[in-house]
Amino acid sequence: MSSPVTTAKPQSGPGGVIHDIGYQRYTGPRLGRQYATRSLFVHSLRTAYGLGRSGAAKIFPWGILGLLISIAAIMVTVQSQLPPGTEQRAFTYWHVPSQTSILTLLFCAVAAPEIVSRDLRSGVLPLYFSRPLSRADYPVAKFAALTTAVFLLGLIPQLVLFLGSAFSQTRMSVVGDEFGLFLEGVVIVALMAVLFSAIAMLIASLSGRRAVAAALIVGAFILTTPVLGVLQSLALANGAPTGVAGQLYYLSYLVSPFTIVHGVGDWLFNERESMVGPYGPVYLVATLAVAAICLLLTLVRYGKVAR
Amino acid sequence: MTSTQTRAPSGAPLIATQALTKRYPNGVTALADLTLAVSPGIVGLVGANGAGKSTLIKILLGLLPPTAGRVNVLGLDPVSHGEDIRARVGYMPENDCLPPDISAAEFVTHMARMSGLPKTAARERASEALRHVGLYEERYRQIGGYSTGMKQRVKLAQALVHDPDLLLLDEPTNGLDPAGRDAMLTLIQRIGTDFGISVVVCSHLLGEVERICDSLIAIDGGRLLRADRIENMTTSRDVLVVEVAEGIDQLETRLAGLGLTVSRDGRALQVPLATESTYDQILGAVADLDLPLHSLDQRRHRVAELFANGPAATTSPREGAHV
Repeated sequence: MSSPVTTAKPQSGPGGVIHDIGYQRYTGPRLGRQYATRSLFVHSLRTAYGLGRSGAAKIFPWGILGLLISIAAIMVTVQSQLPPGTEQRAFTYWHVPSQTSILTLLFCAVAAPEIVSRDLRSGVLPLYFSRPLSRADYPVAKFAALTTAVFLLGLIPQLVLFLGSAFSQTRMSVVGDEFGLFLEGVVIVALMAVLFSAIAMLIASLSGRRAVAAALIVGAFILTTPVLGVLQSLALANGAPTGVAGQLYYLSYLVSPFTIVHGVGDWLFNERESMVGPYGPVYLVATLAVAAICLLLTLVRYGKVAR
Repeated sequence: MTSTQTRAPSGAPLIATQALTKRYPNGVTALADLTLAVSPGIVGLVGANGAGKSTLIKILLGLLPPTAGRVNVLGLDPVSHGEDIRARVGYMPENDCLPPDISAAEFVTHMARMSGLPKTAARERASEALRHVGLYEERYRQIGGYSTGMKQRVKLAQALVHDPDLLLLDEPTNGLDPAGRDAMLTLIQRIGTDFGISVVVCSHLLGEVERICDSLIAIDGGRLLRADRIENMTTSRDVLVVEVAEGIDQLETRLAGLGLTVSRDGRALQVPLATESTYDQILGAVADLDLPLHSLDQRRHRVAELFANGPAATTSPREGAHV
């Protein structure tokens, strides 16, 4: 048992007796606010993947990452089996993030509450705000950490696709083409990471209960799908969409975070007829605007919380 | 930027306020015209709940801007240098603020880094801080499994970990049993004397802080009631403080029946030590009623009444008070 107040007690060690010299002042460097913000970013990024936490906390994020890697591995294997010279592809880089977006959502629904709600619940925020960090530093570091975590989740499968394809090629020029397609995928992964993280973080910052926050995040994303369905069935009510109905159809993908980023990809990378018509730029602006608004609201939220 | 060493110039007051006023947007005046100068040492900041203690702490940390007046902490203005002040001040909040599913060592290390300490230094200082608060052996256990007393010590350790020049402790004995309270107060006293760190202890229990403080500041309704060094406040009269685990009402009635002046202070009764026989009378009463006696201490006369009735209570806060 240790006593409440540690008194000087000699401890034997090699070379004689070491005396407890009591309290020592700290004379080393104090690295200030930017260092603290960076440290919080790294700490939160590790938290998203359960690093430094119990084994149970690692199962979910690593399980999802494993699943995504498996999917990519299957895609690239199928691709390599296609006869040489075929135009047909087993996968399109920038389609993959949308095809697996439900997994990205599940990752966000677990990671965002882990990063954000936990601190709200335990009441630890006053301890952060009584340190050099400012009120904006905390949510910014947390948002950056979540975005990076989600970006890595999408980037690694893209890398698997690219490396798998590159190694099964014999001509360097094809590898160069492949790299361009890979970069398209990375752009979509990045946009999706920013958008999903901003929405998930805002929702998670509203609840201290992780389960509630997770349910709200999943709910908010999933609920947009029937809205999209209704809009599209309205647009298609009179057969092929033309006129106003056509415009409605082109814009309908804006309502869901699942399809909005895909709309941007369709505008930028699809060489055939676009599903978003002439509204490609609108999709890009909308993606960034929704993310910016969510981040702004999160900052407002953290200006008020734990006062 | 590698170093923000901003120690207060020697001789300067630790905390100084000049006509400090804080009005919230909803019209509540939390602090009114508060003028203070606090010298290094252990300072008790006492006042009832809602007296303005927490508001004062938030202003000192630069988390709230004052409505009017000036304030200075460690020679710096919290409004413009909040970041520098927060790097040199340790704060222990009143409420629960610990995550349950992480070890104390890990948590305090993280908080040290949030205060700007490099990784290795953060880990070393966290171990040191936990040793000083008496949690060395248990430091790798998850905080969720700790007792209230241990949690309070973790809260203290995170405030101490970056070697602050000033500690602000908000109700540090909250929720502790009498033994835990004594241990916490002893620890705070040791930090103030042996570690050489100035401490401001906020409490609504005057009886507690008066035991360890060099000076006391009493505020009420956001106004300064009195501020002085402790020896100028206490009288020579002594009181006996009785704590029983149960049956406090019975004991109060019994002692009053014996003709003693009994007053209630939370879970304790206090009786002025009028004659030599007072001590025996109390022990006799406890024995008669067959109550489990927790403690019977002789203390300096509580300064509570001095705040209420003392001559300085009528002093205008404008004149200020040098502690």
